[in-house]
Amino acid sequence: MPQTATPASPSSGVRAPIVNDCSIQVATVNGSGSQTANNTLLRAIFQMGIPVSGKNLFPSNISGLPTWFTIRVNKHGYVARRKEIDILVCMNSDTAVEDVKNAPVGAAVVYDETLGLEKHRADLVFYPVPFQRLVKECCPEAKLRKLVVNMLYVGVVAHLLEIDVAEVTKALQKAFATKPKAFELNKAAVEAGLAFARASLVKRDPFKVARMDRTAGKILVDGNSAAALGCMFAGVTVVTWYPITPSSSLCETLIDYMKEHRVDPDTGKATFAIVQAEDELAAVGMALGAGWAGARAMTSTAGPGISLMNEFIGLGYYAEVPTVIFDVQRTGPSTGLPTRTMQGDVLKTAYASHGDCKHPCLYPSDVNEAYEFAQAAFDLAEELQTPVFVLSDLDLGMNLWMSEPFAYPDKPLARGKVLDDAGVAAMKDWGRYKDVDGDGVPYRTLPGTPGDGKGAYFTRGSGHDEYGRYTESGATYVRNLDRIGRKIDLIKTKGPAPVVDVQGAKLGLLAYGTTHWAIVEARDQLKAEKALATDYCRVRAFPFSDEIRAFVAAHDHVYVVEQNRDAQMLGMLRMEYPELATKMRSVRHYNGLPVDARSVTDEIVRLESNPVASNGAR
Amino acid sequence: MSTSIPAVPPAPAPAAGPKVNRLGLPVTDYQGAKSTLCAGCGHDVITNTIISALWEMGVEPYRVAKMSGIGCSSKTTNYFLNRSWGFNAVHGRMPAVATGALLANRNLISIGVSGDGDTAAIGMGQFVHLLRRNVPMVYLCENNGVYGLTKGQFSPTADYGSKLKSGVVNDLPAVDLCAMAIELGCGFVARSFSADRKQLLQVLRAAVAHRGLAFIDVISPCVTFNDHPGSTKSYDYGRANEKPIHELGFVPTWEKATEEVDVPAGGVMDVEMPNGGTIKIRKLERDFDPRDKVAALNLLRECHDKKEFLTGLFYVDPQAPNFIDLLDLGPAALATLPQSKVRPSKAVLDQINDELR
Repeated sequence: MPQTATPASPSSGVRAPIVNDCSIQVATVNGSGSQTANNTLLRAIFQMGIPVSGKNLFPSNISGLPTWFTIRVNKHGYVARRKEIDILVCMNSDTAVEDVKNAPVGAAVVYDETLGLEKHRADLVFYPVPFQRLVKECCPEAKLRKLVVNMLYVGVVAHLLEIDVAEVTKALQKAFATKPKAFELNKAAVEAGLAFARASLVKRDPFKVARMDRTAGKILVDGNSAAALGCMFAGVTVVTWYPITPSSSLCETLIDYMKEHRVDPDTGKATFAIVQAEDELAAVGMALGAGWAGARAMTSTAGPGISLMNEFIGLGYYAEVPTVIFDVQRTGPSTGLPTRTMQGDVLKTAYASHGDCKHPCLYPSDVNEAYEFAQAAFDLAEELQTPVFVLSDLDLGMNLWMSEPFAYPDKPLARGKVLDDAGVAAMKDWGRYKDVDGDGVPYRTLPGTPGDGKGAYFTRGSGHDEYGRYTESGATYVRNLDRIGRKIDLIKTKGPAPVVDVQGAKLGLLAYGTTHWAIVEARDQLKAEKALATDYCRVRAFPFSDEIRAFVAAHDHVYVVEQNRDAQMLGMLRMEYPELATKMRSVRHYNGLPVDARSVTDEIVRLESNPVASNGAR
Repeated sequence: MSTSIPAVPPAPAPAAGPKVNRLGLPVTDYQGAKSTLCAGCGHDVITNTIISALWEMGVEPYRVAKMSGIGCSSKTTNYFLNRSWGFNAVHGRMPAVATGALLANRNLISIGVSGDGDTAAIGMGQFVHLLRRNVPMVYLCENNGVYGLTKGQFSPTADYGSKLKSGVVNDLPAVDLCAMAIELGCGFVARSFSADRKQLLQVLRAAVAHRGLAFIDVISPCVTFNDHPGSTKSYDYGRANEKPIHELGFVPTWEKATEEVDVPAGGVMDVEMPNGGTIKIRKLERDFDPRDKVAALNLLRECHDKKEFLTGLFYVDPQAPNFIDLLDLGPAALATLPQSKVRPSKAVLDQINDELR
């Protein structure tokens, strides 16, 4: 008997199909094993050549709390979070009513029939499914039903959206490549879901997918894995870390890759050392010790770890020790929302530690930049002899993104100015902190360099002269600190240049990191809806390149869009470019969810129509 | 140490000139900058003993990494081995930096110098994990029970009831770093006294031959802030109360024939060190075997209760696996592996890209 749970609504006439433009939100309980099901759906759509993105909104909890996975399908390739949900899959009775109440008019709802959600709204399309009966039929083993039930909604959604079943099967094969029994079980569940939907549900929502050719050759990967790969191909040898969400999977993925690809085939010995430290202080201390002794060394953390590392970071800066620090940012302050995203450490990392400090920071926007900036960071750390930060965030690090495949590095590792014993002898009157080349970058030596110790020196965080000798001389201190400042400024030309799109608009937008994806879409919205043309500058490194100054100067005003409360990047820009301070306005988004285009567009429209409003907005 | 002491034949003695070690180096090649500590500081004696030990053991200066934290003791790494690299890190965090340096270059001979505040107060967390990992290095705690650079506050190793110059009495129990080290798996644990240079020299010689962490707690009086009556870390107190549990000497392999070393006579127990050499131990009053962990812990408990100041090698386990061994590294330093060893091929990246499609 056909399901007719939806009461007639004013808009219940057949709507025109909406093809390849929808958001699917799956609400489950965390720990219920829904991730494989969600990835199967996402991958099947991806394999159909349709641009897709997935975002996992999960709690700081092992199991039992609500979690939502959102899949956005968009023919134009927009991959930012979208606020509106078109298809809800309600597998969590705790959140189902609230989720349904918040759904936009016309959304489709797939749900367990016992939840009775249809009585809460008259303007949605309801698809009740007897999940418990179906899972009993297709999964004889009771203890596996909790996991397998998720594959039922995969089948139901595949039918409703017209996802190619062959692609679902292919995605399942990938997920269960080494587990044939699990594959069969899950495939049976998908088929049961499909069969039920085919026989019992009448399609009354407009959403569907249709094959495209926008994903051929592309990969699907999360930013933490991408950064890990970048580290491996950058030749990292020492990795010291302390577990923290959302950064842990960076080092854990790196461990897996290194064990597979970085054991010397000739000797069977590891070409790396990875150590789980006792805390972030030790993690960064070890990374600095290793960098001092010449290794490509790194650590990875999130905001709380950065706070702990501050003293050591200043030592690295002042004693000029290379290391790479990944900060996969999450929502602060304090423990904050550990499983939500934010661009909250931008200011803290740029000037981390006491005294005058300024650190090179790289801001990847996508997985390919996570991969490439990881490599650039090791080169820059060794070339400039200083700690370098790579600022990712939870959205980039832990969510799946489409990307062109990673390119093999075409440049050799840049190991910087390192002298051996003969090199020290050849250089008259070598001193560890002497500016020989006029670029502020001195020549260093490595402990253990064979010879008679001509290049031996004393490394200290206390005042030192050009030879590393202790001094409290004010003049020497100023000379040394100014040289370090000049050295760090080399990032302006050596770091990744900003990506600037200038079309002659009066209005400029400036963003960095994952905010980029909302900007891409917001620019199109501003143009289409308000005929507002915008130019765009995407910042990719600090200290800021001169191009960024030129961009701000060339526009009537510039909206700096970022994901934190205090307009941290705007503050840094105003500090660096005081003469341009009043040209810049702020658009901020900081509720822990990745910024969406609509929020940006609406705020810019509001500020454009009422410029006075921007005065209070930092 | 993580690697064996190189088997370099004794250098032929030059016809004239200064005495040289087996590398042909005079002791002046092991000296450092002039000390800026107070005259009579116990730390300066330790510095000079380190110089003697490393010279006598024929350690190549270029292989030595001198690691320290912050404090009077941590300054001393600048006062020995000018031809070695030194790293004066942040307060209490030398263990992490030293561990990292050894990860990068396992062939370094790491000598860490810390103090009681640096180790037992701010650095307790890192010290505990250094012990637990058995990182192959020599770690000296120059222990005077007070903070010197900040003018004489108690540190956590000050004995219960010990008095400051100002008359303030310590009302908290002392941390016994040696007992803690044994408990946490350290395979070489000794206590010495900076005024007992003879014993300290032999302990240091043996420590250099150890394959794991060698922890030496050296009671080292602070002449300015903790050398008065009522202090249990003063020269007078130490001289009156130090009780060596045994006499010991370390004989490196190459010295056997020459018998230059001061070997205790009488009932000698030999402890063979895997890197070459033998610790010769002669019993005194006690019947004590430093290879017996439970006996070592009992001894320290007993001396704590009796308020005794025992010195000597409390515990030695020459075979304990060290942290670097556990990492299954090749013999070369990770730091200087060529690109061909550390950047996988394009085929590997192609394979990974395929897996992600």
